[in-house]
Amino acid sequence: MTTTRLSLLAATTALTIGAMGAAAQAQDVKVGLITKTETNPFFVTMRNAAQAKADEMGIDFDSCAGAFDTDNEGQATCIENMIAAGATGILLTPGVPDAIVPTIERAQQEGVPVIALDTQTNPSDAADATLATDNFQAGLFIGEWAKAVMGDAADDAVVAFLDVSDGLQITTEVQRNQGFMTGFGIDPVDNKFIGDENDARIAGFAATEGAQDKGRTAMENLMAANPDINVVYTINEPAAAGAYEAIQAAGLADDVLIVSVDGGCPGVQNVADGVIGATSMQFPLRMAQQGVEAIVEFAASGKLPAASDGLDFTNTGVVLITDKPVDGIESKDTAWGLANCWG
Amino acid sequence: MSSENAANFEAVASAVTGEIGEDEWYRPSPLERIQRTLHKYPALGPFLVLVVMVVVFSLVAPDRFLRPFNLSLIIAQVTVIGTLAIGQTLVILTAGIDLSVGAIAVFVSIVMANVNVALGIPGFLAVPMGFAFGTACGLLNGMLITRLRMPPFIVTLGTLSIFFALNLWVSGSATVRGTNMDPLLLWPGQPITLFDTRFTLGSLGMLLMYGIMIYVLGYTAWGRYVFAIGDDPDAARLSGIRTDRVLLSVYAVAGLIYAIGAWFLIGRVGAASPQSLQIANLESITAVVIGGTSLFGGRGGVLGTLFGAMIVGTAVNGLTIAGFDPLWQRFAIGVLVIVAVALDQWIRRVGK
Repeated sequence: MTTTRLSLLAATTALTIGAMGAAAQAQDVKVGLITKTETNPFFVTMRNAAQAKADEMGIDFDSCAGAFDTDNEGQATCIENMIAAGATGILLTPGVPDAIVPTIERAQQEGVPVIALDTQTNPSDAADATLATDNFQAGLFIGEWAKAVMGDAADDAVVAFLDVSDGLQITTEVQRNQGFMTGFGIDPVDNKFIGDENDARIAGFAATEGAQDKGRTAMENLMAANPDINVVYTINEPAAAGAYEAIQAAGLADDVLIVSVDGGCPGVQNVADGVIGATSMQFPLRMAQQGVEAIVEFAASGKLPAASDGLDFTNTGVVLITDKPVDGIESKDTAWGLANCWG
Repeated sequence: MSSENAANFEAVASAVTGEIGEDEWYRPSPLERIQRTLHKYPALGPFLVLVVMVVVFSLVAPDRFLRPFNLSLIIAQVTVIGTLAIGQTLVILTAGIDLSVGAIAVFVSIVMANVNVALGIPGFLAVPMGFAFGTACGLLNGMLITRLRMPPFIVTLGTLSIFFALNLWVSGSATVRGTNMDPLLLWPGQPITLFDTRFTLGSLGMLLMYGIMIYVLGYTAWGRYVFAIGDDPDAARLSGIRTDRVLLSVYAVAGLIYAIGAWFLIGRVGAASPQSLQIANLESITAVVIGGTSLFGGRGGVLGTLFGAMIVGTAVNGLTIAGFDPLWQRFAIGVLVIVAVALDQWIRRVGK
C-alpha cells in the first residue's frame, strides 16, 4: 500500500507542477463543477476546494448541482448550461453513472472534456478521465480490519449492512459494500450486485440514504429482526452515527462493532470517541483540486490525467483511520485523521 | 364564450360587472385595471415575469445568455417537466393534485424501453404500448378517486410509492441504454438546427401538445366541464355534468400525457433510468403554480403553465450562466412560487 501511495503522491506532484506551468496561459480557462447535490458536505467541500483552486490559478469557475442524488435530468441540464456558459472543461460527480453517458458524449462533441469525480461513469471510459476514491478498497480496508479485530469470533459474526438505497445498486454503495464483504471473508458472489450473497452471517440490508435519522431507523429495524447483530457496516459516517444511537438505546454499545467510510471531520471525531471502530477516509479536496488542475493542463497541452496502475481511474487515495491498529493493515490514528478530514 | 377563460364562470361574471362599472358607475384606479386585466388573462402575469427575467439575464450575461441557441436550449430543457405539467394542470384545474406524475412517467419510460430492448418488440408497437400503460396508471388513480371517494392527494401519495417500487422491480434498478433501443424511442431527442437555434423534436412536440390542450380546454365541452368541476363540483353535478366520468377521464388523459412525457424523457437523456424524476411532482406543481393556475381549482390554464415551466428553466439556466451558486437557483424558485401565489390571492379579490 505504501508504494501505491508514494507513486500517487508523485503523480499528484507531477500534475501540480505541470499545472503551475500552464497557469500562465490560464486566463481564458473556465472550469465547471457539477455535483450530485448542493447539500451534502462532501460536495460542499469539493466545491469550495475547486473554487479556491480556481481563484488561486486565476481562472473562471462555475458550479451546478442536481436536486437529489440520482437527478440525471438535472445534471444533463447542468452540462448543457455549462457548455452554454463557455466552459473549457467539466468536472462531474455522476448521479446516474450510465444514464448520463449520452449527455457526456454531447459535451465531448462540442470539444468540452468531462472528468468524472468521486463516482465512475458506466462504462468507465465514457468520461475523459476519472479522479476518484477506490471505493472497493475503502470497503476492503474496514472489512479486513473488522475481521482482524474480532479474531475467531468473526466466523460466527452477525453482520448488518446499512447501504444508501433499497436496491438501486448505486456504483459507490455497491463497491464499498462488496469490498467490505471481501475483506471480512464473505463471498460477494457477483461483486457488482448487493443481495445475491448466501453467507449465513449476513443479518440483513437496509437503506439509510446516507443520513443519520434514516440510519437509526434502519438499524432499529434490523435489530428488531435480529437482536444478535454484532458487526455493522455503514455506507458513511452519518449512517454510522444513526446506527450507534439505535445500538446505544438498546444498551448494546459495547457489544457491537461499527465500521464506516468517508473521513468527514464529525466521523473521525466519532472514531476518536469510540462510536465508530474504524473508517476509510477519502479525499474530496484532492479530487476537486486535481480536477481543476487537470482542466487547466488540458487547456494548455490537451493532456488529461492518466489512470492509476491496475485501475481504470486516477486514484485519489484511501486511508484507514482507527485508534486500534492491527498488524498487517496500515492505518493512521485519529489525530492524523482530524488534521486531514473534510467537511 | 370564445376563449379558454370563458369557461371560468367567476371570471365571466366579474368581467361582465367590470364592464358595467367602467361605463356607468365609477372609474377604476390604474391598479384595479391591472388587477382586472390579470384576472381576465391568467397567463399574462407569468408571461411578463418571463420577459423581465430574460431582460435581466441579458443585461447580466449579454454575450452568453441572449443567444438564440441558448434560448432554444431552455425550451429543450423544460420539455419533460413542461409536458408532465400539462397533465398536472388538468388535474389541478379540477381542484385535485397528482403526486404520482413522476412515478408514472418513469415507470412508463422503463416499460417502453424494456418492451423494446428486453422483449424485442419493435418501437412502433413499444411506444403506443407505453402510452396505453400510462393511461392505465392514470385510470387507476381516477378509479380510486371517484369510486372509493378518496382525496386525490392521498390516492396519488399512495400510487407514487406503488408505481416507483414496481418500476424498480421491473427494471431491476438497471438503466436501459439508448444504444440498444429502436431509433423511434430516441426520436424526441433528435435535434433540429434552424439558423442559430437548436430545438429537439421533443420540445416541438411539447409546444404542439400545449396548442392542442389550449384548444381542448377553451373550445370543447369537455374543457368547460373540467373548469366547472374545479370551480364548484356540486353546481357542476346539478347542471347535469357527469362529474365522476369527467374526473376519471381527466386522470386517464393526464396518464396519457405523462406517458408522452416519458417518451420525451427517453429522447432527452438518451437512456431510460429507473431513478429519474423523483421530484417531478414538486417540479410540475411549481410550474403550474408559477403559471397562475389556482390550487383551489377552476382558474388558470395550460398557457400559463408553459410560461411557468419556462420561468423555472430560465432561472436555472440564467443563474448558472451568470455564475451563481446552485443554492440560489433553489432560492429563486422558492421566491417565484410565493410571489405567484400572493399575486393569485390578490387577483382573486377582484370585484369583491
